[in-house]
Amino acid sequence: MILVVLENQRGNIHAFSKEAVAAGQSLGSKLGMDVSILCLGENASSLKEQANDYKSKSLILAEHDMISAYSADGYSKVLSDVIKDVSPKYVIMGHSYMVRDFLPRVSAKLDIPFVSDIISVTYDGDSPIFARQVFNAKLATNIQPDSSSNTTLLSFQSAAFSSDEIELGGSDAVSVFEVSLNAEDIKSSSEPEFQESASGVDLTTADVIVSVGRGIESQDNIPMVESLAKAMGAEIASSRPVVDMGWLPSYRQVGSSGQSVSPNLYFSVGISGAIQHVVGMKGSKNIIAINKDEEAPIFEIADYAVIGDLMEIVPKLTEELQK
Amino acid sequence: MKIAVLTKAIPSYESSIRIDSSSTWIDESVVNFVVNESDSYALEEALQIKEKLDNGSEVVVVTMGSQDNTSKVLKDGLAKGADRAIFIQNEDSNTDPLSIAKLFSQNLKDENFDLVFSGLQSDDLGSGQTGVLIGELLGMSTATLGIETDIQDGKIKIKRELESGWFQWVTLPFPASVSIQSGINEPRYPSLKGIMGAKRKESKVIDGQLSDDPKQNFINLFVPKTEKATEKIEGDVDGIVAKLMDILKNKLRVIS
Ligand SMILES: Cc1cc2nc3c(=O)[nH]c(=O)nc-3n(C[C@H](O)[C@H](O)[C@H](O)COP(=O)(O)OP(=O)(O)OC[C@H]3O[C@@H](n4cnc5c(N)ncnc54)[C@H](O)[C@@H]3O)c2cc1C
Ligand SMILES: Nc1ncnc2c1ncn2[C@@H]1O[C@H](COP(=O)(O)O)[C@@H](O)[C@H]1O
Repeated sequence: MILVVLENQRGNIHAFSKEAVAAGQSLGSKLGMDVSILCLGENASSLKEQANDYKSKSLILAEHDMISAYSADGYSKVLSDVIKDVSPKYVIMGHSYMVRDFLPRVSAKLDIPFVSDIISVTYDGDSPIFARQVFNAKLATNIQPDSSSNTTLLSFQSAAFSSDEIELGGSDAVSVFEVSLNAEDIKSSSEPEFQESASGVDLTTADVIVSVGRGIESQDNIPMVESLAKAMGAEIASSRPVVDMGWLPSYRQVGSSGQSVSPNLYFSVGISGAIQHVVGMKGSKNIIAINKDEEAPIFEIADYAVIGDLMEIVPKLTEELQK
Repeated sequence: MKIAVLTKAIPSYESSIRIDSSSTWIDESVVNFVVNESDSYALEEALQIKEKLDNGSEVVVVTMGSQDNTSKVLKDGLAKGADRAIFIQNEDSNTDPLSIAKLFSQNLKDENFDLVFSGLQSDDLGSGQTGVLIGELLGMSTATLGIETDIQDGKIKIKRELESGWFQWVTLPFPASVSIQSGINEPRYPSLKGIMGAKRKESKVIDGQLSDDPKQNFINLFVPKTEKATEKIEGDVDGIVAKLMDILKNKLRVIS
């Protein structure tokens, strides 16, 4: 059996969880396994209502006062108990920040593999092989988890599967898992989620974005890219390291922990193309990327791959644009 | 407060990454090893906590890997201000996060650290699991993606980064294992005095054997395929700029 675990995101099923449902159903049909869906913890009964139409063998509800708000302690304990009870061959979730936070704990508690951040699945006969990115997306690797393990934990990178592929048809059965938790199981406490005050710039409405990465090398070179942006009538954006180093304010950051943008043109300068950056800009209609490394992963999604030194190209191009 | 900081040697971003003849690892002879990015932030956070508490806290840098790749990482950590180093020597290129975490926890258990800091993700394996696994194996509280920390009343408060601009504060009792997100602070450079002093600091070498039943392993590395029809533009700068002007004007019409 395959167990898909749904995550709550401020009242709704997390988008990654929907993709996890599609992933679970796909694996289930390839391997001839039933799929069950677990609604766990925070907002579980509402998640169950929202998941009612998904085709599954059973919908399992695991609720308790002590996990009515997320905690790594509580979630890892309860999910481990569910796994011991229903013995799924695979447990599937989306590779969200919450999954990073607690799923390794389940792996260690039960001494079972957790293959994280999977981008695709192939099959060697009846055994699935999972691919994930390594070396900062410069390479990928195939992984075959230990087949003698009773259960394997899997998390899928966003867009590895599409929620459009979810098979509907409802659930054959609904069951409630008896959660048992003691006060000493949960050592941490958490405060409500919050957003930092919004900024003046809305990158999401920009038509053209010039985005700068660590290839710019120093804060002194930022004005060079600002001039290019100005000459193109573009907003300036950046990758995370540029913000981490304080060269641009955080509201200019594009990626999984920044903004998601889809301009007509995304002009990327000295950005390698790590997945956490790419998820925030791959919806752009046109992508031009300048990078001196011919093998930079950004070129995999670029329409125009400019292989060269940005320090030479950017000033020249700006000069031409200003003419 | 006794703080361990896990710092890993990874290929620098300029290094050329080539699959070796085993097809399960890369050719390390052409790679320049540097400290994993988020680990430098983790070390800085530990050093700042030590300085702030000012009560004789200890910061210990810990690394696992081969002698050749990791030597710079430990020296750098000591030069920046760590009090001592633990080097778990292992010449294999093992890729199973759980085996790696077990090796760490077996060797760190008797140290009874109050805090274990790690980076949120290594730039080579990218499992994003090690710190949390070690926390569970050592019976510690855990948190990930720390972007601010505050030690108060015998507990550590951590501001966690959530997706797309959301955050959350969590409070953990000690001992705790916390993974640190990049950008949390401004990592220092080693001072000349620090570099000189590093030589006199204790560096413990442990012969580390990974468990022989990995739960998962790389079976083969491969180069990802291009998803799009990408047009390559290369050559001399004038040619590139002329071509870009043409594309911006005539194909994309973003300038007139
Ligand atoms: C949980 C998590 C969340 C994250 N969130 C984000 C996020 O929201 N946004 C984000 O961007 N990242 C994020 N990251 C970080 C991400 O993994 C990468 O580390 C980051 O995107 C790399 O930024 P970069 O491409 O600018 O730098 P690097 O990867 O260092 O790349 C620099 C590039 O510049 C090129 N270059 C250097 N010099 C020149 C030159 N003279 N001319 C041309 N090219 C040159 C190099 O070839 C290289 O490809 C996150 C990571 C994690 C684990
Ligand atoms: N071999 C290692 N040596 C030192 N630290 C490590 C090692 N492997 C993992 N880590 C730590 O664990 C973090 C997460 O690694 P990973 O789980 O591989 O993504 C890294 O940022 C390091 O802080």
